[in-house]
Amino acid sequence: MASIYYYRWRRTKSHIMAALCFASALIALIPLFLIFYYTMSKGLSSINWSFFTQMPKPAGETGGGMANALIGTGILIAIGSSIGLPVGILAGIYLSAHRTTLFSRIVRFLTEVLNGIPSIVIGVVAYILVVIPMKRFSALAGGVSLGILMIPLVTRTAEEMLNLIPQSYREASLGLGISRWKTTLFVILPAAFKGIFTGILLSIARAAGETAPLLFTALGNRFWSTQLDQPIASLTVFIYDYSKAPFDDWNRQAWAAALVLIVLVMLINIIFRIVTRKRYA
Amino acid sequence: MLNTSEDIKVDDETVRMRTENLNAFFGRTQALKNITIAIPKNKVLSIIGPSGCGKSTFLRCLNRMHEEIGGTIKGEIFLGSQDIMNLDPVNLRKKIGMIFQKPNPFPTMSVSDNVTAGLRLNGFRNKKKLQEIVEENLIKAALWDEVKENLNQPGINLSGGQQQRLCIARTLAVNPEVILMDEPCSALDPISTAKIEELIKDLKKTFTIVIVTHNMQQAARVSAYTAFLYMGELIEYGKTLNMFTRPGKKQTEDYVTGRFG
Repeated sequence: MASIYYYRWRRTKSHIMAALCFASALIALIPLFLIFYYTMSKGLSSINWSFFTQMPKPAGETGGGMANALIGTGILIAIGSSIGLPVGILAGIYLSAHRTTLFSRIVRFLTEVLNGIPSIVIGVVAYILVVIPMKRFSALAGGVSLGILMIPLVTRTAEEMLNLIPQSYREASLGLGISRWKTTLFVILPAAFKGIFTGILLSIARAAGETAPLLFTALGNRFWSTQLDQPIASLTVFIYDYSKAPFDDWNRQAWAAALVLIVLVMLINIIFRIVTRKRYA
Repeated sequence: MLNTSEDIKVDDETVRMRTENLNAFFGRTQALKNITIAIPKNKVLSIIGPSGCGKSTFLRCLNRMHEEIGGTIKGEIFLGSQDIMNLDPVNLRKKIGMIFQKPNPFPTMSVSDNVTAGLRLNGFRNKKKLQEIVEENLIKAALWDEVKENLNQPGINLSGGQQQRLCIARTLAVNPEVILMDEPCSALDPISTAKIEELIKDLKKTFTIVIVTHNMQQAARVSAYTAFLYMGELIEYGKTLNMFTRPGKKQTEDYVTGRFG
């Protein structure tokens, strides 16, 4: 009898814990739904074709769009990626190949530190490194700050994904008389591709959502600019500027831009899922 | 020559590889102690011994894979008349192929790409020739009839036994002189094991084979010579029949009769 009693009590405990877990999962989703609800209800009305294709109107006039901010975010991410991805992936390969050396440990630790540094501080660093020598705010400076931000994320995922590839594939390749660098490039890296690709997209999504490091690097620009040595607009700075402006229409546009940004990041995630599913069914 | 039984004559005609006072280390731990052994040409040599005796380490010294995991080698290892410690390990491994315990076809490559991986990644590009090489080596590895319809399927979709024969085909495609097998059947079912053993008997006509095995029946079935290692030392080495029927050392007898190990 005692055993049945304990079994029931155990089962009850199990059910309580499962219910708590479920409730927590639900609570975790609430902020996401709230964000969605608010941005949709406040921003959806301002989204139309001209919002994507037109330039911002002068203060006081209604209407206009954020075409320059869209292209600006695109350019900033492109610059950031061209710095963050190669450095991150190569550093990840290095750390995975030399797991226990002192240098690797130091690099790994510093990467974690870099990952924890507030993004606004990284903005200051880019300001000192690029803005001051160039004597002006520029797309390049913004891109550099995003690139620095992406490095630790890409490095860590690349290293972790490479470490997941069984050592036996490496040995099989070396055993065929294939050199180490070819083994890494043509055997190990393709096997870890899916995971590294996830890291790349997550880091791009994170960079797309950053405002602080752009404030005193890319600055923002109310006009059309694709020049790398000039200040450039971005979605996040657009949201920042428009949300604190004293015009209702601008506030609505800030909500709309926020919605666009969220959907953009979600699209990146969805595209990556489809792409990886197709290639590695 | 120390530890080498008199029934193996050491000369260039009959000996493909030999080691002279081979010592291997992991850091400060010594895994192999003064191994001097001759590996006969176009024969199968089995390495037997209890877990941790240095069987795999010995095998991995022969293609210098031991150094890839941070180990060190002291002593001489000859392939023909060349000391392989003076050769480039990458080129050496084209002459001395290796089959691993767990089948490990490359996960991102098709069956045919797996077979030709060693050639393609070293710059061989002739597509027509590569196709011939795929067929030729899958036939040699006794896998052709089972996969000829699925050459473009991923190699990892095959069964375990088929994967191991694919790995053998991949090694054969590089055209080595010696093939090292590290417990090639211990992850396989009895039928797959029998197929691999058949294959080994076939391959020894053209290749010199060294096989590490935990299975003494397997050693008896496939090999002409057997070496018994214990605690990093070569205890006894001789013709397989003699090793199993009238071993010269007490330790060998205890091991082959199952009294320890």
